[in-house]
Amino acid sequence: MRIFIYMWEGVKIAFEALRAYKMRSILTTVGIVIGVTTVITIVALIQGLNHAFSREISAIGTDTLFIQKYPWIMTDDDWFKYRNRKNITLEEAEEVKASATLATAVAPQIGTRRTIKYEEKTVERVIIVGTTSDYAITSNAMPEYGRFLSENDVSSNRAVCVIGWEVAQKLFDQLDPIGKRVNIGGRKFRVIGILEKKGNFFGHNMDIFAVIPVGAFKSAFGMRRRSIEIEVKVKSPDLIEEAEYELTGIMRRLRKLGVTDENDFAINKQSMLMDFYNNFTKTLWAVAIGVGAISLLVGGIGIMNILLVSVTERTREIGVRKAIGARKSDILWQFLIEAMMICAIGVIIGILLAIGLSQVVAATTPLPAAVTWWVVILGLVFVVTIGLFFGIYPASKAARLNPIEALRYE
Amino acid sequence: MLIQFNNITKIYEIGTVKVEALRGITLQIDKNEYVAIMGPSGSGKSTLMNILGCLDTATQGDYFLNKNNVSEMDDDQLAEIRNREIGFVFQTFNLLPRATALHNVELPLIYNGTPASQRKKLAKDALGKVGLADRMHHKPNELSGGQRQRVAIARALVNNPSIILADEPTGNLDSRTGDEIMEIFEDLHELGNTMIVVTHEEYIAEHSNRIIRLRDGLVERDEAKHGS
Repeated sequence: MRIFIYMWEGVKIAFEALRAYKMRSILTTVGIVIGVTTVITIVALIQGLNHAFSREISAIGTDTLFIQKYPWIMTDDDWFKYRNRKNITLEEAEEVKASATLATAVAPQIGTRRTIKYEEKTVERVIIVGTTSDYAITSNAMPEYGRFLSENDVSSNRAVCVIGWEVAQKLFDQLDPIGKRVNIGGRKFRVIGILEKKGNFFGHNMDIFAVIPVGAFKSAFGMRRRSIEIEVKVKSPDLIEEAEYELTGIMRRLRKLGVTDENDFAINKQSMLMDFYNNFTKTLWAVAIGVGAISLLVGGIGIMNILLVSVTERTREIGVRKAIGARKSDILWQFLIEAMMICAIGVIIGILLAIGLSQVVAATTPLPAAVTWWVVILGLVFVVTIGLFFGIYPASKAARLNPIEALRYE
Repeated sequence: MLIQFNNITKIYEIGTVKVEALRGITLQIDKNEYVAIMGPSGSGKSTLMNILGCLDTATQGDYFLNKNNVSEMDDDQLAEIRNREIGFVFQTFNLLPRATALHNVELPLIYNGTPASQRKKLAKDALGKVGLADRMHHKPNELSGGQRQRVAIARALVNNPSIILADEPTGNLDSRTGDEIMEIFEDLHELGNTMIVVTHEEYIAEHSNRIIRLRDGLVERDEAKHGS
């Protein structure tokens, strides 16, 4: 009972003291505000990044492997090392499809960007992909309307195309696109299907998109000196390691590599990106923790400094309080509460600023940065730790004052 | 018997030098006495007052206050005794500058956990007794010296203590205001309070019924006045 009465009293005393020394209190609080805002905003950014990244990366299945000339993650030096590798060919893709036992679908893929025209309307820089009917499975490319490429379309190199959702919108508007002839990079193709809406993938609009049989791609745009990529869908995500092993074996056999030769191709998968990303955010977290620790320290020292000044200035007051019955613990709490109140005000302002900043980031960039509920708990931890840790020395100094000397202090 | 001092000594050690401030003081003060403690500077009267007020403890000897042996108490127990048994009135008033008169008077009640509503009532009553009911929301810098000292007296009274202990209560006041304060003291005495006033001025001591004179850490003379 007594402790609660005094706690409340302590809050009032602290509030009174902070009001009496406004400038000083504001400056001290600013230290805490900067620290809290920085840390919470960085955390919000990281979380926004996580959110954005996992959303993007989910487009690549965990059960898909990509046989390519270059690995996804490499340094500049790696590029010079790998560029002399043999290109991956359509024939190799056919061999892989014939030999891979753990694959449900194997699709060769080659791409370019071309303009698509229909009568007076054009869409520029459309991603054109040459592939086979397996692409429907490996890339989960389901037609929303019409049909996807058939095996016959591919084997007879028919001039047909499946177009992306946005291309269909822009070229045909209300018209039915099926059966219409469009001009892709100077060649005529007949529209047989429209893909469902896909959205963005790492900055590429996947709805400004068209799929044509790989043979038709070859005769229309040529593929000499170009490497294709082979997309392989594995029976189940659990089998991804085994499938990678199997594909490595097939590719090494096709390329007649000796036992000591290094692989001259790369097998890419989603987890590579995930690992890379996690390494990258590890650094960000370290920065956040570092900044947090430093600002905590600086803010805390500011509080300690202000409290020491305050204890000296209020020596007489402490003497009076002791003379009329304040115990050591009462004085101790008075100053600890004052320290924690500076922190609390700083943390509240800091959280509000961080929420504002995150909203600005979320509104002006593609990052969905957001402050989550647990920062409130983080804030509480901040208040208690900084306040207690840096307040305890000045507070105990005040509590230990001899009342007679304190009363005599000028 | 309210106060019993048995052969109290107080020795300060300043570096290697020992200073004997009190060299064996034995005295008794009864309830509702009005005592003045006098003596030249260095006589030990400040030390005696600090021990009487439980701000300090004796090096040797026993001090019984209301039958409690104060000489054996620790800091927290002393704080509680000061809160409950003693009302201080200082020469320099020692009010909290940023708090209102009312809040200053409430302070002792805060430290013994009196609930807020009761606190307000008791503090207002105490301010009424010293004639400051209309000044309770003023801060010390909005009050005259005499008014400030009256707030301090109200603060000393509010917990209904066994002793009111005043250290040169008129030292910072002009003589007319000082007389007003001494009148309040006499009223308080008549109401049954035990008053102890430390002073070096004879005319202040004149108000009391008993004068204890100290010299060199000993009681030089202890005399009751006529007509009391």
